[in-house]
Amino acid sequence: MEIRVRDEAVYAHTGGRDFDAALPVAVLLHGAGMDHTAWSLQTRWLAHRGLSVLALDLPGHGRSGGVPLASVGELADWVAALLDALGVERATLAGHSMGALVALDAAARHRGRVAGLALFGVAERMPVHPDLLALAATDQPEAVELVVGWGYGPRGHVGGSPVPGMALLPAGRRLLQAARPGVLGVDLSLCNAYGGAVEAAAAVACPTVLVLGDGDRMTPAKAGRALASRIAGARVELLPGVGHMIMSEAPVPSARAILGVAPKGA
Amino acid sequence: MGMADAKFLKFDTLSLHAGQRPDPETGARAVPIHMTTSFLFQDVDHAAALFNLEQPGHIYSRISNPTVAVLEERLAALEGGVGAVCTASGQAALSLAVMTLMGAGGHIVASASLYGGSRNLLGYTLPRFGIDTSFVDPRDHAAWRAAIRPETRLVFAEVLGNPGLEVLDIPAISAVAHDAGVPLLVDATFATPYLCRPLQHGADLVMHSCTKWLGGHGTAIGGAVIDGGTFDWEASGKFPTLTEPYAGYHGIDFAEEYGPAAFLMRARAEGLRDFGACMSPMNAFQILQGVETLPHRMRGHIHNTRKVVGFLETELGRPDGAVAWVNYPELADHPDHALAAELLPRGCGSIVSFGVRGGRAGGRRFIEALKVFSHLANVGDAKSLVIHPASTTHAQLDTAALAASGVGEDMVRLSIGLEDCDDLIDDLKQALRAAAKG
Repeated sequence: MEIRVRDEAVYAHTGGRDFDAALPVAVLLHGAGMDHTAWSLQTRWLAHRGLSVLALDLPGHGRSGGVPLASVGELADWVAALLDALGVERATLAGHSMGALVALDAAARHRGRVAGLALFGVAERMPVHPDLLALAATDQPEAVELVVGWGYGPRGHVGGSPVPGMALLPAGRRLLQAARPGVLGVDLSLCNAYGGAVEAAAAVACPTVLVLGDGDRMTPAKAGRALASRIAGARVELLPGVGHMIMSEAPVPSARAILGVAPKGA
Repeated sequence: MGMADAKFLKFDTLSLHAGQRPDPETGARAVPIHMTTSFLFQDVDHAAALFNLEQPGHIYSRISNPTVAVLEERLAALEGGVGAVCTASGQAALSLAVMTLMGAGGHIVASASLYGGSRNLLGYTLPRFGIDTSFVDPRDHAAWRAAIRPETRLVFAEVLGNPGLEVLDIPAISAVAHDAGVPLLVDATFATPYLCRPLQHGADLVMHSCTKWLGGHGTAIGGAVIDGGTFDWEASGKFPTLTEPYAGYHGIDFAEEYGPAAFLMRARAEGLRDFGACMSPMNAFQILQGVETLPHRMRGHIHNTRKVVGFLETELGRPDGAVAWVNYPELADHPDHALAAELLPRGCGSIVSFGVRGGRAGGRRFIEALKVFSHLANVGDAKSLVIHPASTTHAQLDTAALAASGVGEDMVRLSIGLEDCDDLIDDLKQALRAAAKG
């Protein structure tokens, strides 16, 4: 579906069910350089389990208009504006990597609006190597290679895809290659610059789960646990043999984790 | 200090390992043969979720099977595609690709130099279903462009034409296709991903007859379509099967749902479900055995082929010899010599065609005198093979179509195997002598 937020068209995939604001709403926020298809193995499952799901293309990404926003804080406020545009008071936020920082920041800045929080592949800080930042800033193809090369765990590099016949790593590569010029660079820069996770964690007041891969080399699980320890009542789901691209490497546990922090429907 | 390069497994390693996660319960190192029609549901909710594409998993082996899935993922990894669908044969792979992309009213622009079976499907059979094909000289770039129509939905050719061994200018022909808003599908059977990875050169979809070099042992029939994930179906606007809701699957819009994997998912969800030309798990296992040694076998095939080509060139120079001409893209006088060096630097495959003096009769004496080479209708076996295309694989074509396919009456096609190349050359030598005797 298309939503107008701040005069820009925003695309949201709803998982084969029409959006219904009367149901508990889950907003899914993709990571750097990606789009709503990062959640393609969760969206339909959640939409058929009582949630009204919006897997977004963030501004400047996928089918959405506009340009990528330049900071985690701006994106967090943009998520609140999206909920306003839909007339939704509270929603569960799920985010991956950059999207997890946005979800976390939104849960702190807009406490009353966030009913549950599912953070995938997240850490207190997400420093990005200067070489990768430089490559991404100038749209060098090597930037995508570094992201997928470091991002995927063994199911991406060797195999055993949960989707019969799909090769996860090349699929992730194509997704990142499809991003508009400059987008990956902006996204990685804002991850690198964000320093508010510790403060935001202390302000979170909703059911929270951190979904971490024990083979994640971009946001190591140890760093994710450290963040979890700062969020009251947060649960950690540690997935064995999984890298940073958690939703494609472990689709069903990912979907269940989101459902687990969402309010139950009527 | 620079950021460490990302490490990716290399081709030889992927040939052995890609797509497989050793079974955690049994520890089986080889890929198990899951000879089962169907798979248990955990409960009713799980069953419904699988049928509704809410979660991935196996339902029924016509649609997917764990053994076949290992081969699919392995081929996708070797080609660099987002995924693959394996099929009952190479012909089923071509049919599946066409059926996924278009219906009646669709049009294909294809090389005139194709495997006879593909030529039959496109030229004689698909018109009955409302899908027409224009055949063009694969070397004539202007002809490709001129043959495009508003209803064209696919451009199709072989990386190495069969049996003419034309080398497809993949970058140029993919540009023609993309300018027309349609994908380029290439049949890379003769090249295998060891010699050429067409997706890197601009192809969008790759198909194989796995029966040939991928399997490599002449034991199992199979095919595959690999989705490069590069074609923008949405931007093209010509592919409603991929960009509009499909009533056959709860209104799913494949491009919206799966992005770069739209073709792959539709080909399985509709193509295997409805047309049903699936690969058997036993065949997938056999072909996997072949893929494990693909790089080693291809190195052996290329080594032997170059030796045989050298021998045939020597025979060509003999005034009383039986060799009239030799066709292999690495030869300096081959029209695609420079292109072959660019696209196929590791070798141009193990098919060699040549002319036997004495026309059809000379060819017959030659083939019947061979002892090590096997006379049969296949290529890509570990054993060396020989055939006379004009009277077999391309026999359905009339004289004009034969000429357009580059098949002459005197043409003999060799598929060079992995025997000791001295034995192959001795065998060819004595058979050429027999042919010359008349």
